[in-house]
Amino acid sequence: MHELAVCQSIIDQVKRIAAEHQARVVEKIYIQIGPLSGVEPDLLKSAFPMASANTAAAQAVLIINRLPIRVLCNTCQAESETSVSRLVCGVCGNWQTTLLSGDELLLERVVLRSEH
Amino acid sequence: MCDSCGCNVTPGNKHLLESNGKLSRTPDGKLAITVLQGLLSENDRQAQLNREHFDRHRVLVINMMSSPGSGKTALLEATIEAIGPELNIGVIEGDLETERDAERIRAKGVPAIQITTGSACHLDAHMVHNALHQLDLGRLDLLFIENVGNLVCPASFDLGHHRNVTLLSVTEGDDKPAKYPVMFRAADAMLITKADLLRVLDDFQSAAAEHYLRNLANPAPVLEVSAKTRQGLTAWFGWLQQELQRYHQYLAQGKPLYPRIQPQGQAAHAAVYVNHQLHPNG
Repeated sequence: MHELAVCQSIIDQVKRIAAEHQARVVEKIYIQIGPLSGVEPDLLKSAFPMASANTAAAQAVLIINRLPIRVLCNTCQAESETSVSRLVCGVCGNWQTTLLSGDELLLERVVLRSEH
Repeated sequence: MCDSCGCNVTPGNKHLLESNGKLSRTPDGKLAITVLQGLLSENDRQAQLNREHFDRHRVLVINMMSSPGSGKTALLEATIEAIGPELNIGVIEGDLETERDAERIRAKGVPAIQITTGSACHLDAHMVHNALHQLDLGRLDLLFIENVGNLVCPASFDLGHHRNVTLLSVTEGDDKPAKYPVMFRAADAMLITKADLLRVLDDFQSAAAEHYLRNLANPAPVLEVSAKTRQGLTAWFGWLQQELQRYHQYLAQGKPLYPRIQPQGQAAHAAVYVNHQLHPNG
């Protein structure tokens, strides 16, 4: 259950960004998660209120953008979408591939409201 | 993940920066800020500081990950006994509770710092940094970090180490790499431990475990070892020596050594993607 630690890290970053922009309230937090990041989106959502309580992000909506896994084949150069436990080329079946996306764990965007 | 050079811009999110820059206003006048920072950027920053600290002292750091009870501590004991006379070894032990593992390592005559995480299921870069205050890195060549026994969470946290070693004991089943892909994808070496039991277990095939590892596009060496009978330990020590040599070569060239899969992996995505767009047929 390291999702709580991840949520605390999100809140720390968002608080810093809000302070830099003199914003008091964080309305929306957009994040990107790939299946190979090791973070479970549903657990992240349930841990979020615990981490955000009593912060500027207490009322914020967490919006999770789930990204697919895409690999590039080192042999036939084809790009294909794969599953988390089989990162082999979808065209020629070779296992020697390079990950193009799918391990993202990114804070994408925040929407802030300034209140005086 | 670095937040300054743009390596976190991947094919999936590039449009966000291209459309209207980093800062924009929503229709109702609210401020929208495009960030594209790693969610663990605080941890990653500390991990990078740890790595620089290790490199100043020329200490190769290996993160040992596995389920609880797969034999990490037993393997370290056997390793210290065999190569301790040639190399100065130190160990950081991560467990939820007790000093037991650190005591076992200290009994072999090497410094061991126990981190007790309470209920935390993994070590992070800050915990390792705090443990470093109690270790004299100047006296070490090789530092093992024995992570909390867990096949899920430890893989998500960079500690500042140089190599990941994942242990799979033969009683756990040969399909673990398929079931825990994030952990096994990160392995720079996979050790099949308690290999002395293979003769009495008919349902663990090392070749199958290796097949599942390759399905994760992981070329890491697979070594069968037994801390009890010493089977395969020579190959394990050979791997350690090879990585020490590689590390010293990197240091001599002023290059940092990272695990093959690391949080900055998206730099590689962006480079490969750009290269692929420019030369679609290789």
